[in-house]
Amino acid sequence: MPDSGSPRVLRKEDNRFLTGRGRYTDDFNRQGQVYGVFVRSEMAHAKINGIKTDAAKQAPGVVAIYTGKDMEADGVGSLPCGWTVTDKHGEAHKAPPHWPLARDKVRYVGDHVALVIARTEAQARDAAELVEVDYEQLPANVETGKALENAPAVHDEAPDNLCFDWELGNKQAVDDAFTKAHHVTKMELRNNRLAPNAIEPRAAIGEYDPGTDEYTLYSTSQNPHLLRLILCAFVLNLPEHKVRVVAPDVGGGFGSKIYCYAEETACVWASKKLDGKPVKWTATRSEAFAADAHGRDHVTHAEMAMDQDGKFLAMKVDTVANLGAYLSNFATAIPTYLYGTLLAGQYKTPAIHCNVRAVFTNTAPVDAYRGAGRPEATYVVERLVERCARDLNLDPAELRRRNFVQPDDFPYQTPVALTYDSGNYELALDEALKMIDYQNFDKRRQESERQGKLRGIGFSAYIEACGLAPSQVVGSLGAGVGLWEAAQVRFNATGSISVFTGSHSHGQGHETTFAQVVAEKFGVPYDNVDIVHGDTGRIPMGMGTYGSRSLAVGGSAIMSACDKVVEKGKKIAAHMLEASVDDIEFDRGTFKVAGTDKQKSIGEIAFAAYVPHDYPEGVEPGLDETAFYDPSNFTYPAGVHIAEVEIDPDTGETKIADWVAVDDFGKVVNPMIVEGQVHGGIAQGVGQALLEDAVYDPDSGQLVTGSYQDYTMPRADDLPSFRVGMTETPCPHNPLGAKGCGEAGAIAAPAALMNAVTDALATDDIQMPATREKIWRLAPAAAE
Amino acid sequence: MPTVSMTVNGQQVSGDVDARTLLVQFLRENLHLTGTHVGCDTSQCGACVVHVDGTSMKACTTLALQCEGSEVTTIEGLAQNGELHPMQAAFKEHHGLQCGFCTPGMVMSAIDLVKRNPDPDEHEVREWLEGNICRCTGYHNIVKAIQHAAKEMRG
Repeated sequence: MPDSGSPRVLRKEDNRFLTGRGRYTDDFNRQGQVYGVFVRSEMAHAKINGIKTDAAKQAPGVVAIYTGKDMEADGVGSLPCGWTVTDKHGEAHKAPPHWPLARDKVRYVGDHVALVIARTEAQARDAAELVEVDYEQLPANVETGKALENAPAVHDEAPDNLCFDWELGNKQAVDDAFTKAHHVTKMELRNNRLAPNAIEPRAAIGEYDPGTDEYTLYSTSQNPHLLRLILCAFVLNLPEHKVRVVAPDVGGGFGSKIYCYAEETACVWASKKLDGKPVKWTATRSEAFAADAHGRDHVTHAEMAMDQDGKFLAMKVDTVANLGAYLSNFATAIPTYLYGTLLAGQYKTPAIHCNVRAVFTNTAPVDAYRGAGRPEATYVVERLVERCARDLNLDPAELRRRNFVQPDDFPYQTPVALTYDSGNYELALDEALKMIDYQNFDKRRQESERQGKLRGIGFSAYIEACGLAPSQVVGSLGAGVGLWEAAQVRFNATGSISVFTGSHSHGQGHETTFAQVVAEKFGVPYDNVDIVHGDTGRIPMGMGTYGSRSLAVGGSAIMSACDKVVEKGKKIAAHMLEASVDDIEFDRGTFKVAGTDKQKSIGEIAFAAYVPHDYPEGVEPGLDETAFYDPSNFTYPAGVHIAEVEIDPDTGETKIADWVAVDDFGKVVNPMIVEGQVHGGIAQGVGQALLEDAVYDPDSGQLVTGSYQDYTMPRADDLPSFRVGMTETPCPHNPLGAKGCGEAGAIAAPAALMNAVTDALATDDIQMPATREKIWRLAPAAAE
Repeated sequence: MPTVSMTVNGQQVSGDVDARTLLVQFLRENLHLTGTHVGCDTSQCGACVVHVDGTSMKACTTLALQCEGSEVTTIEGLAQNGELHPMQAAFKEHHGLQCGFCTPGMVMSAIDLVKRNPDPDEHEVREWLEGNICRCTGYHNIVKAIQHAAKEMRG
C-alpha cells in the first residue's frame, strides 16, 4: 500500500471542544434578545381557513406573533430552488412557491404556520400552544412509489405530482444491447428516506441594527455566503453588503445545514419588524426530524444486460425520486446530475440509460444528505452487479474485475456524461480482498454454520464525483451558482499567517488540515498558521462545504493564494538580495538566489513588505493575497468496501463481523482525519442499511419516526471497529492532488452491507433498512 | 421563583429558577457554562451529560431544583490548571471527536464508566455508550480513546 508519508497531526480545534469552549450558535446570546417558536402544521395536508392569535398575544411575555400574511404584506419571497432541471420534453421543472410561513395551505407535518416571539423561550412555547389554526384537512400523499398514481395533488402547479421527468444516456443504444444480451438481471430497489441528524440542532439569531441598517445572522450553516446570497437575492430582498452571516462552530451538517430555511429567514425578517430586537430560535430534535431537509427516498427498477462472459453490455435504470412537499435549494440536482451521472460506477458498461421522475409528496423537503445522489447511484449499481454475479454463478470479485475501467483507460468518458480523471480500481479490490482474507471466507462461513449462524459477504466498489464543481459545467446543467472557492493568505508583519477560507468546517478539521498545507508550503511551524472561516464579515466570498469539496477546491484556492504570495515574495527577495527576480528560487519558506548561498526567509520578506523602507519600486507594500479557484473537472474518489456479517436466525440480529474499506482519495494531508471521515461515513451507511428509516403513515401523513425513540440512530453497540486502507492515485487537475473523502463511507456502505445480508439470507427479497424484524422473518428459510 | 444553590465545578452558586427549569438550562443560561449541550428532547443523545455528586446524569432530564446542595461537575470543570483530564487528552490523541457537539457528554459519560469499570473491554465500552449518540465518528475512535484513557487512569 502506498504511504503518502503524511504526518498524523493532532487537531488544533480539539482543545476548545474538549474543554466546553466551543462556540455554537445556541451558545450566543445578544443584548435584548427575544425568542422565536414556530407553530407548525400538525396535518400533512390542509387548507388554512384562519389563524386566531388573540389569546396567544395576551399570554405572558409575548412580543409579537407573525403569520404568512404578515410576510406577504412585506413582500417576502419564496425560498428558491437554485438548480433548474430541464426535463426530457425540454421543459423546466415545476417550481411551486415555498413560502417561509405558509399562506394558504400546509403541505407536510412540520410546515411553518406562525412565528411566536416572547421574552423567554418558555413563554414563546407556552403562547404557541394558544395559537388556534382553523385547518380544513385534505387527503395526503406521502408514498414515493404511489405519488404518480392518482394521488392527491400537493400543488396546483403539478396536478399529477410530477416535478420533472428527466433522462440521461442513449436509450436506443441500451435497447439494442438488451436485445442481444445473453442474460439480463433485474432488481427492484428502495432507497430509504433518512433524517440527517447532525447532533447540534439548527439554530439562528437574526439581528437588525436600525442605526446602520445592517443585519447580522448567526446560523448553523455549512456555507454562510451562500446563505447570505439566497436570503438577500431571493427571499428578503436585502442589500448584500448590509448583511453579515456568522456560522460559528457548527455541530455537524451532512448536507442538512447547506440550505436557506424558513426559520433563519423569519428570524432576520422579524428582527427588522421589531426595530432591532435580536430574535433567537433553536430547533428541538422533534423539529429537526419534521423540518430539516431529509435525504434519499428513491424507488428504482434497474436492469443489466450481459454477454456470456459476464461483460456488461448495457444498463437501464428507472427511478422515482421523492422531493417532498417543497423544493429545497438543490433538491432537483440530487436525483439527476449527482445520481444519473454516476451510474457507470467503476465499470466500462458501454450503454446506460436512466430515467428519473421526481415527485411532490406531503413530506419534508428532500435534498442533499451525505453523498447526495451518489449513495443512491452506488446502491443501484453495486446491488445490481452483485446480483449479476449470483445470477451467473460467478465470483462477485471476478465479475467486477472483468468489467472495471482499467488504469490505462483514463481519462475515461462514461456514457453518462462524466470524464473520470484517474484511478486504479483493481488495486483497491486486491487490497481489500487481502485485508478481509477473502480466500478463507468459506471456512468462516462453515464455522458460523456450525454455530447455527448465517454468514454473508458483500462488496461495494463505489465511485463518486466530488470536488464540486467546475462552474461552467454545472452552469450548463442548470445550476444557479458557480462552485468555485476563495481563499486569502495574509502574512502578518511578525511572520505568523492568517488564512481566510470560504470553506466551512463543521467537524472536518479544516483548521488543522489547511494549516498543515500552508505550514508545509512556507516551512513555518504549524502553530503559526490560523484558519479563519464561517463569517462573511471576515472571509472572502466563498461557497462553503459540501460535496467533499473543501480540500480539493477550498484547499486549491489556498494553494493559489500561497502561490501569489510566493510570486510577490520573489520580487521583494530579488530587491533585498540584489538579484534578478528570475534567479530567485523558492522552497519551503526560503527565497534563494539560484546557485548561491544568498537567501531570505519568508519571515524577513513579510517584515520587509510591511516595513517597506528598502523596497523594490512598483511593488505594493503588504503580503496578503486572495485567490479564487474554479476546478476544471470533478474529482473521482473511488474504492472498495467489503462487509462480512453473521446473522442469528433465532433473533434476527445482524452482527457486522468485519469491515474493510480501501479508498483512493488521491493525496492525503492528514490520514488521521481522513480515517475519521471514513469511519463516520460508514456508520451513516450502516445506519441506512440496517436501522434508519424516516417513515410517514400512509393514511394520516404523520411522521411516525419523529424522535430518537422511534428513529433508530446507530449507537456504539450497533457498530464494529472498521479496518481502513488506502490506495493513492493523485487527482491530476488540482495542485494538492486531492480527491475528497467526506462522503465515501456513506456512499459505499449500504450496498456492501445489503450485499452481505442478502448473501447470508440467500434472498434479495429484502429492502433497506434490513431491520432485525425483517431478517428474523426471512432467516429461518435460509437456515434450513 | 424558588432559589437553588449548588456547587458547580468547585464554586458555590445559586440562582432563581422556575420550578420547571432544567439543570442544563441553569448551567447554560444562568451560569453561562455552554459546554453542556442539548441535542434532543427525549433524553437519548447524551450531549448534556454532567456529573452530579460524582455520577453521570443527563442534565436535560434533571430539574435544577433536584440538584439543591449537590456537587455538579461539567466539562468546563475537568481540566486542572490548564492540563486536560486523561479522558480529554485521549479523545484528542485518538481523534475521538469531529464536530465536538456530542463530545462533552461523551467525555463525562466515559469518565463515569471508567470509575465503575477501570478496564472495560471494547464490548463494555460500546454497551455503556448506548446513551450517547455521535453522528460524526462512527464511534471507532471514541471507543479507542476511552480504552486508552482507562489505561492511563489506572496508572
